[in-house]
Amino acid sequence: MSVAEQEFNHMFGKDPYSIPLEDYDVSQPELFMSGTELPYFERLRKEAPVHYCKDSENGPYWSVTRYKDIMEVENNPAVFSSEPSITLVDPDPDFDISMFIAMDEPKHGDQRKTVQGIVAPPSLAVLEPVIRERIVGILDTLPVNETFDWVDKVSIELTGQMLATLFDFPFEERRNLTYWSDVATTIPGPDALIQSIEERQNILLTECLPAFTKLWNQRVNEPPKGDLISMLAHGKETRDMGPMEFMGNLMLLIIGGNDTTRNSLSGGVLFLNQNPDQYDKLRANHGLIPKMIPEIIRYQTPLTHMRRTATEDYVLQGQNIKKGDKVAMWFLSGNRDSEVIENADDFIIDRKLPRQHLSFGFGIHRCMGNRLAEMQLRVTWEEILKRFEKVEVVGEPVRNYSPFVRGYAELPVQLRPLAK
Amino acid sequence: MTKITFVKHDDEEIVVDAENGTSVMNAAVDNLVPGIDADCGGECACATCHVYIDEAWFPKVGNTNDAEEAIMSLNPDRQETSRLCCQIPVTDEMEGLKVRLPEFQF
Ligand code: HEM
Ligand code: FES
Repeated sequence: MSVAEQEFNHMFGKDPYSIPLEDYDVSQPELFMSGTELPYFERLRKEAPVHYCKDSENGPYWSVTRYKDIMEVENNPAVFSSEPSITLVDPDPDFDISMFIAMDEPKHGDQRKTVQGIVAPPSLAVLEPVIRERIVGILDTLPVNETFDWVDKVSIELTGQMLATLFDFPFEERRNLTYWSDVATTIPGPDALIQSIEERQNILLTECLPAFTKLWNQRVNEPPKGDLISMLAHGKETRDMGPMEFMGNLMLLIIGGNDTTRNSLSGGVLFLNQNPDQYDKLRANHGLIPKMIPEIIRYQTPLTHMRRTATEDYVLQGQNIKKGDKVAMWFLSGNRDSEVIENADDFIIDRKLPRQHLSFGFGIHRCMGNRLAEMQLRVTWEEILKRFEKVEVVGEPVRNYSPFVRGYAELPVQLRPLAK
Repeated sequence: MTKITFVKHDDEEIVVDAENGTSVMNAAVDNLVPGIDADCGGECACATCHVYIDEAWFPKVGNTNDAEEAIMSLNPDRQETSRLCCQIPVTDEMEGLKVRLPEFQF
């Protein structure tokens, strides 16, 4: 069978211990859509913590699955480069939107420095009341004791409003932000949001780029203010960016702040329903919310992995990684590594060291929006608990078809109001 | 035990007893000093234990290592006497050390 004809979906539905390790390919989306991926990673952690997959949809790649080994890779950006891509898919040379998440030093640092301020704790203190007001606005219009989709009505709506606030983007058009983010991250296919890579490029170039260019032109002629587009338009390191780089930076902030937060919002509801003892604990003590949020983010691991590319030969756990090889750091797996995290498979909302998880990565590329994400989730849960006895999951969640963005397309729920 | 003073950005001082052999970050976390989250637990990989060392003390706390420099250099509010305090071991010589907690970490 030629590579082109080969179907890369032989893992799904099989006992993880029946497949020979040399045939393992944990990047197959069926595993994630069915919610059956974790036992495969468990086996890799135990038996082949640095594992070579000889072929996949995106060619050969290494999987690093233990917490400490992931840390070693994260902390060595000179050997483990973020260029040319941070997913296993290689970038299309004709459509190279460049984002600093996929750049090495010094360019990465120069660009990150210009935008980092907007999501640093002092700016967050200013944003928090605005965000709370938006969240209250959404929660107060939800139907009670009636089935609806939490993903659409709450998770997407909330993150969409949040992004519009951060960019000072026209509020009525906010769903475009969600849409472009989905366009950029969906795997193209006959039943998918987009059918082909060409369609993706077309949408981003003819809809997204012009909309943002218009805003850029507006902001560049106004005095600097606190939204992200204004910051980019006036920043010393960013004001001379070319259009692809400009769009890259914007897409990075949209994608970064969209799927990840959205799926954590849905995941939290699901985990509390699966663990009623934890929900009880939370109801009895709202003071646990700040500790629960990082636990939700760990347990969800909204981005399952980041890719690096070796710039030279390197030996990791006795395995010979060769210059040019793709290396996937599976945060999802490291977050379930019981050598570092006690009872890692359990969802426990009052852990002693809740921020000890890999969901935001570590090292120089560590998520820039981590405190913003935590704040959004914290405020949302504070307001949920003030109103509802329970957000009850009343049907099976529909999971994403993606080995990268781990989350939910649908989550049917009913709200139970607090007894008066 | 060694006395270390953390000065908040509003000038409030918090004096703690630090155990020798641990790090200044551990001393902060063990004593619930605000503004030192230390997400990575001291692996020099998160930069949430950033402090400004008192000028007079700066030469005495040792050199900034490469990994520390790499991650601190991303911060626009980094100063001459910035350090990641998980990289500073507590020893007898540190008695009386004074460090400031940057506002961006609150
Ligand atoms: C729960 C929510 C979030 C999760 C799980 C998450 C996860 C991540 C991960 C895994 C990385 C790469 C880290 C690495 O390579 O080591 C990253 C980078 C990044 N994230 Fe997030 N993120 C979240 C929310 C946000 C938000 C709200 C923003 C918006 C401001 C954001 C903006 C970014 C940016 C700009 C980068 C690139 C940083 C760099 O390369 O220096 N993220 N995020
Ligand atoms: S605790 Fe993470 S860098 Fe010091």
